[in-house]
Amino acid sequence: MSETVTTDVAIIGAGPAGLFAVFELGLLDIKAHLIDILPKIGGQCAELYPEKPIYDIPGFPVVSAQGLVDNLVLQIQPFHPTFHLGEMVESLEVLGTAEHPKFRIRTDAGTALEAKVVIVAAGGGSFQPKKPPIPGIGGYEGKSVFYAVRKIEQFRDRRVVIVGGGDSALDWVLNLHPVARRITLIHRRDAFRAAPHSVNAMHELVAEGKMDFLLGQVSGLKGEDGQLSGLTLRKENGEFIDWECDDLMPFFGLTMKLGPIADWGLDLHENLVPTDTEKFETNVPGIFAIGDIITYPGKLKLILSAFHEGALAAQKAHRYVYPEKKLVFQYTTSSTSLQRKLGVG
Amino acid sequence: MTKVTYIDAAGASRTVDAQIGSTVMETALRNSVPGIEAECGGACACATCHVYVAPEWTAIVGKPSQMEEDMLDFAFEVRPSSRLSCQIKVAPALDGLVVTTPAKQG
Repeated sequence: MSETVTTDVAIIGAGPAGLFAVFELGLLDIKAHLIDILPKIGGQCAELYPEKPIYDIPGFPVVSAQGLVDNLVLQIQPFHPTFHLGEMVESLEVLGTAEHPKFRIRTDAGTALEAKVVIVAAGGGSFQPKKPPIPGIGGYEGKSVFYAVRKIEQFRDRRVVIVGGGDSALDWVLNLHPVARRITLIHRRDAFRAAPHSVNAMHELVAEGKMDFLLGQVSGLKGEDGQLSGLTLRKENGEFIDWECDDLMPFFGLTMKLGPIADWGLDLHENLVPTDTEKFETNVPGIFAIGDIITYPGKLKLILSAFHEGALAAQKAHRYVYPEKKLVFQYTTSSTSLQRKLGVG
Repeated sequence: MTKVTYIDAAGASRTVDAQIGSTVMETALRNSVPGIEAECGGACACATCHVYVAPEWTAIVGKPSQMEEDMLDFAFEVRPSSRLSCQIKVAPALDGLVVTTPAKQG
């Protein structure tokens, strides 16, 4: 376990809301760390629709989702935020008091952060693998059904079935092929959205008889005590076939689940976090929430609303981080002190 | 008014008014029809608005685009009648459209 890192604000979620909060905090001399379960910056914008145009960012008639993320990253560079990517916040502990809050955050990667303020900017929640509705699949998860690969060695000499047609499925077919006893890829059609060179490499292995590719969808599982012995495949013509295997890895992309946020003592309303509209603070003093994850009368799930919410949260965060300092409102256009912080003065 | 009927996995049927030009996904959300999640908000980027088009409507609704077909790889229990409802635009020719929602979206 690594040592505890101390910072002013821990932001959970590195989408547009969390990124712009860094800017607003930075203008007030508040340092921030961001944590995101995705291995990259940008949240939904980067994960779900990087190429899609956005038309309602003020001042940008059109900007791609990835373009917006890239610009935000550039905009917050002067404030040197620290990113903890590919990490899920597992616990959030309250250490301080309501007047002087302090929190300890731990992630599944062992990172421990202590912060005076927490800003939850988690959007639709954490991205987690989609679990196919195959009867009984839950009983095999963790033992012979996996949605991610932690250690390649665990698949040595196993008969592994991988399901899916995207890059995750194809990458793991190719990476596990050398260690597994036999790899089978199952996909619903003979077309793939994965990188063409991966698809070609897979087809070559099939042609050489070194792995199997089956067309169809998994409809049933067989096994005992969490250990698979085989599965049933429904082919396109409706025919069922049985296939022996030890491990199954379904890759159906990611979905957003609230996840551990539900356990942090925050009030929840239909999986959303209620906040006030003056400072976007939750029921726990010192924990703020902004962006798509929050609800209040009139709330709109717009990126521009998230920016506004972050700006107001930063004002109140200043009081927790610098209780002795008076905050004077300033404009970036005219304030030499703000411009110095931005590195343009 | 154009009507769209949604039948859920348990067989319950809901018929709602749909605006011409809106999508079958938007129409479901606007009318609180369960069984459609639309996590990505209609960007054809998540496959959580998956529906099965009723047999008598498949020819009229048409086939998915290449991008939609790719995204259907992330849906469960895909059939030849599978479509993503965010990619079906309501038009006068679709008055009376019937779609079924799957047991699980995400």
